Amino acid sequence: MTEEKKNMQQEIASLVEKWKDKEGNLIMILHELQNYFGYVPRAAALELSRALQTPLARIYEVITFYNFFKLEPPGKHIISLCLGTACYLKGAPVLLNEIKTLLNIEEGQTTKDGLFQLDVVRCLGCCGLAPVIKIDEKVYGKVQKNQVMGILSEYSEHQKEG
Amino acid sequence: MIKAKINNIPVEVEKGVSILDAAKKAQIKIPTLCKHPDLPAGAGCGLCIVRIKGTPKMLRACSTPLEDGMEITTHDPEIVAVRRTVLELILSNHPNDCLQCGRNNNCELQTLVADFGIREESFQKFLPETEKDDSTRTIVLDPQKCIRCGRCVKVCQEMQNVWALSFLERGFCTRISPAGDIKLADSPCIRCGQCSNHCPTGAIVELDETAKVWELLQDQSKYCVVQIAPAVRVAIGEAFGYPIGTNLTRKLYALLRRLGFKAVFDTNFGADVTIMEEGSEFLQRFLHGTGPLPLITSCCPGWVDFMEKFHPDMIDHFSSCKSPHEIVGVLSKTYYAQKKNIDPKNIAVVSIMPCTAKKNEIIRCEEMYASGCQDVDVALTTRELARMIKQAGIDFVNLPDEDPDHMLGDYTGAGVIFGATGGVMEAALRTAYFLLNGKNMDKVELNQIRGLEGVKVAEIAINGKKIRVAVAHGLNHVEYVLNKVREAEKNNEEIPYHFIEVMACLGGCVGGGGQPYGVTDELRIKRASGIYQDDHDAKLRCSHENPFVQQLYKEFLGKPLGEKSEHLLHTHYQSRPVYVK
Repeated sequence: MTEEKKNMQQEIASLVEKWKDKEGNLIMILHELQNYFGYVPRAAALELSRALQTPLARIYEVITFYNFFKLEPPGKHIISLCLGTACYLKGAPVLLNEIKTLLNIEEGQTTKDGLFQLDVVRCLGCCGLAPVIKIDEKVYGKVQKNQVMGILSEYSEHQKEG
Repeated sequence: MIKAKINNIPVEVEKGVSILDAAKKAQIKIPTLCKHPDLPAGAGCGLCIVRIKGTPKMLRACSTPLEDGMEITTHDPEIVAVRRTVLELILSNHPNDCLQCGRNNNCELQTLVADFGIREESFQKFLPETEKDDSTRTIVLDPQKCIRCGRCVKVCQEMQNVWALSFLERGFCTRISPAGDIKLADSPCIRCGQCSNHCPTGAIVELDETAKVWELLQDQSKYCVVQIAPAVRVAIGEAFGYPIGTNLTRKLYALLRRLGFKAVFDTNFGADVTIMEEGSEFLQRFLHGTGPLPLITSCCPGWVDFMEKFHPDMIDHFSSCKSPHEIVGVLSKTYYAQKKNIDPKNIAVVSIMPCTAKKNEIIRCEEMYASGCQDVDVALTTRELARMIKQAGIDFVNLPDEDPDHMLGDYTGAGVIFGATGGVMEAALRTAYFLLNGKNMDKVELNQIRGLEGVKVAEIAINGKKIRVAVAHGLNHVEYVLNKVREAEKNNEEIPYHFIEVMACLGGCVGGGGQPYGVTDELRIKRASGIYQDDHDAKLRCSHENPFVQQLYKEFLGKPLGEKSEHLLHTHYQSRPVYVK
């Protein structure tokens, strides 16, 4: 058994132990798993199914019912593109299309290399800078379509150096 | 008792009965696409709405219990209009493929749309691209035809406790799929086909293999033989307007010859052989401790699959004896082939089964090739046979009665009752009694283990020895029985049962996943009574009395559990992962 798998089993065993007598424990454990991994890996869901004696089908019904839970790992860099009213009027849809085209992904998806995840959000609280893109914790304001490539390449470059 | 009025007709029902069921008592049919008599109400489709006097909203009849003094209207122009809109909305997400659909002329949605006289599309169609899943090679899941009624999910999760299917996502994106959108073959699916039997549309149907059989029948180099399972004979008539439970065994023999089969055998003969082997296996374990008790029956391939995935600790308890149709298959290509001097490679064996899982059983492990080639070539369901009869233009109803081909065709009453829950056990006990006592039971019927009770137990005294047996059907009833065994083992107590019979489907094979649509408990009982009548009318009612079985052992096999029998008639089991992916 790999170290990774052992750790996962221990993590899940301790979560099950913690929540086993409480009502609605499946959802609470899934919350903790998602916080731990950033998503709910299939291997973890399978292990949880064994540990909690709950069919995997039921676990997936819960995971897919709530938007909060993710089945895919998050991208390394999270692009939050604002489609709030101000950003929308200032041309955010054009930026969204540009990002989709450049990265070849749809909203909510992660690039094949795992570098970027594209999320659409409503208002980042700096409408004066519209249209706004946030990548990880860095905010880019008054973004023009022709700047998008440059902004994204900052992160691609980091990746190459790293 | 609850007293109320439905459409001004007084009705009286027990407390808790839904308006939907109460209306049936008043000869009123309220349409529904999600409620099935086998399943709890899901209030999913919205078709069964009714009006209750004093209540502003229309309520769903399937999930509203009748209450004292209620005055209910089930049909008026406004209610009918709402139902019509519901149907139109369902149609806006349903393809118009009826002509090419596996449920054409036998679809609950199609029937309702016809009844309501819907002639045009009121809403723009929205049909997302989806992929069919035929990975199990037994059933085909076509998500595009799914109306999200949820019957298959309830069947799979609650009735069968398999949990292969689930409701994923919600709202517009809701879909029926195994967890993680994997293929059914990689899921816990045991291929019992109950989902296909309960689906109101063509979203889940059996994999149609009739073309393969037509091809074999046309192939001049092939010597095609066929066998029919016990439960098929009492269900096939439903497709031809016969009263439910009519036994058409001898008409089926005539029919199968007309279709072009060179020899017509009966799976009931294989059942008699199963009893010789399994009965001997039981007595070996019971008297001489050659293996662990309880012995558990293994003729149901859905149950075998379920056990291998969910209860592998029970593998040693399983009878190694093959299922009756596999026995007829292997004997066709060995015993019969030798006697008739035919190269087994040129023999094609077709099994007509009430079951979709049999389609998978024929390739489940190397022992299914004991004759040197695949012992059974194709397994068709009752529904597929009904289509073949119609395609062939045979006036089935007016066919004369005929007899089966001997050697592998004649059966006893014990062989035919395999088709109903408890039947394998009853047949085994009849022969076990004889082997222990040297004479047959005075009364061979064992009523304690007949009927639709989920778990049936009995204690039979034979020659001063007490044999405790349990019979379970519908896989959600199995856990209880197995846990009793496990508990006793853990606590070092005396075992609760010596012999356990399990059938995956409710009612046993008469309620199989490959049987004609519309199964209910009433239907299961009627089909089973057709089977028990056949047993009752039989001259010979115990497997060991079958002269052709005796001849088989004398001329070919030697003795039950002998070397040849072990090689040809027995198999093995292995633990399998619940999820492949």
